[in-house]
Amino acid sequence: MDNKRRSFLVNMAQATAAATAAGTLVAGFAEENKNKELTLRPPGALNEPDFVKTCIRCGLCVEACKNRNNKVVLDGKEIITLKLASPGDKAPVGTPFFNARTGPCFMCDDIPCMYACPTGALTPDECKNDKGEVAIDYAKMGVAVIDPSSCIAFWGLQCTACYRACPELDKAITIEWRKNKRTGKHAYRIPVVHEQYCTGCGMCEQACVTEKAAIKIFPREVVLGKAGDRYVKGWDKADQQRVQNASTNTKTETGRSKKSAIDNLNEGVSWE
Amino acid sequence: MGIIKNRYLILRRISQLTILFLYFAANAYGWKILAGNLSFSKILDTVPLADPFAVLQMVFAGAFISADLLLGVVVVLAIYGLIGGRAYCSWVCPVNMITDLAAWFRRKFHTEKDNLISPSKTKKFRYAFLAVLLFVSAFIGAAAFEFISPIGMFTRGVAFAAGFGWIWLLTIFLFDAFILKNGWCGHICPVGAMYSLIGSKSLIRVRHTKENCTNCGNCLSICPEPQVLTPVINKKSDFINGIECTNCGRCIEVCNDNALNFSIRNYINSKGEKNEKTTD
Repeated sequence: MDNKRRSFLVNMAQATAAATAAGTLVAGFAEENKNKELTLRPPGALNEPDFVKTCIRCGLCVEACKNRNNKVVLDGKEIITLKLASPGDKAPVGTPFFNARTGPCFMCDDIPCMYACPTGALTPDECKNDKGEVAIDYAKMGVAVIDPSSCIAFWGLQCTACYRACPELDKAITIEWRKNKRTGKHAYRIPVVHEQYCTGCGMCEQACVTEKAAIKIFPREVVLGKAGDRYVKGWDKADQQRVQNASTNTKTETGRSKKSAIDNLNEGVSWE
Repeated sequence: MGIIKNRYLILRRISQLTILFLYFAANAYGWKILAGNLSFSKILDTVPLADPFAVLQMVFAGAFISADLLLGVVVVLAIYGLIGGRAYCSWVCPVNMITDLAAWFRRKFHTEKDNLISPSKTKKFRYAFLAVLLFVSAFIGAAAFEFISPIGMFTRGVAFAAGFGWIWLLTIFLFDAFILKNGWCGHICPVGAMYSLIGSKSLIRVRHTKENCTNCGNCLSICPEPQVLTPVINKKSDFINGIECTNCGRCIEVCNDNALNFSIRNYINSKGEKNEKTTD
């Protein structure tokens, strides 16, 4: 092999090796940075893995949000909802997010952020009801969660700030009256969140009067469980539909369960 | 005199700053002239522009590619592929202002040849890096470079008052000023590598006239990609065909002998010298 060819090949190998090393660093940071499961997304966002994949980080949703019609000014300062994440924002770098406590979603009727998205990372398909009607009320940005230990309504104090701030009034948050046995003559007025109506806009978290909010928004994937096919509301026709195609196999098979119970009990016992 | 002497430099700064300002104004005042940032923008709310490298990474990551993105890529490929070459790097990208500052710093303190890394050996790194990033994107399921892109951080920082990622930009300055001359733009940046490939056949190119050349070396010392000049300067009258030329025009400005000019490559008749008028 002549020298020129040799040095060319060596240089190629060096560039590839260095690029692979650098690529590994990028992969490590990106993999770590993209899995921020507590990030609150604008209305109509795809599920988080697809969103991070599809969002090109152009900020057109943020611009649409900033220049929306229903601007909200608090104490002379305009409330900014959507932001693009910087390093340190606890959201994947460059992607849009909002902080419900300082800048909740004001649920514009025309959903300007969603329609500004050029990539489909925000799409009307993720903001509609069962009939296919698109409206901001069908947004699923997150769900409100109450901490009963710091919510003063659970102490017996009169509040209902979250209930009154909720844009889905009397649907996403209702007030449950309970007897206050401590005083014997007062009522608790307890806020209860109904996830099927909650859009995750965060107006409740912003309105919460405690020093650190006692009601907070989290992504639905994080908060909501799943009952699965084994449990069904026998009194609810619609819920019975849900399990129509459920598997009837109720056996759990493991290596251990293949043997009979007697065999399992006798295993390891020496019969002399 | 200084204005005419540095005409391209001044125009480039005006171009870079105007683009940044329009992005800023789109968010701050709701202007629609140019909205978004350098990964994707819209002109007058209609014409899309998309960063081909970002979209290519998205393809590798397995993302759905919308019609807006495809059209945006086509527009950008048309602009730079036909006319602009790697002009993105010197006329649009704001990081160029930082790396030019580092290059100026080197000239000021005469440290142009003081590199920790051998410059001649790392000129191809960016192409390998580009390829590796595509595989990384496929591996992690997201456009990998967009997580660390200083271009993205700079434009987002200006347009959306997002925290700047200042440290990253400072790192690039330090790297260029002390470790490797023109290190970021000339050796590492995969976006620049992408535009090198896209603009390899573009029409607007610098043309060298050997008869006027005095071999003073001014152009070679100012050029951020001198390997594109060395095969031509004082050797033959020809276009600077190296794909890494950014069309920044600094060589034209520092040439006192009128041996370099912007010109248009003639593909139809390669001997039709008379049809080629200089454009400056």
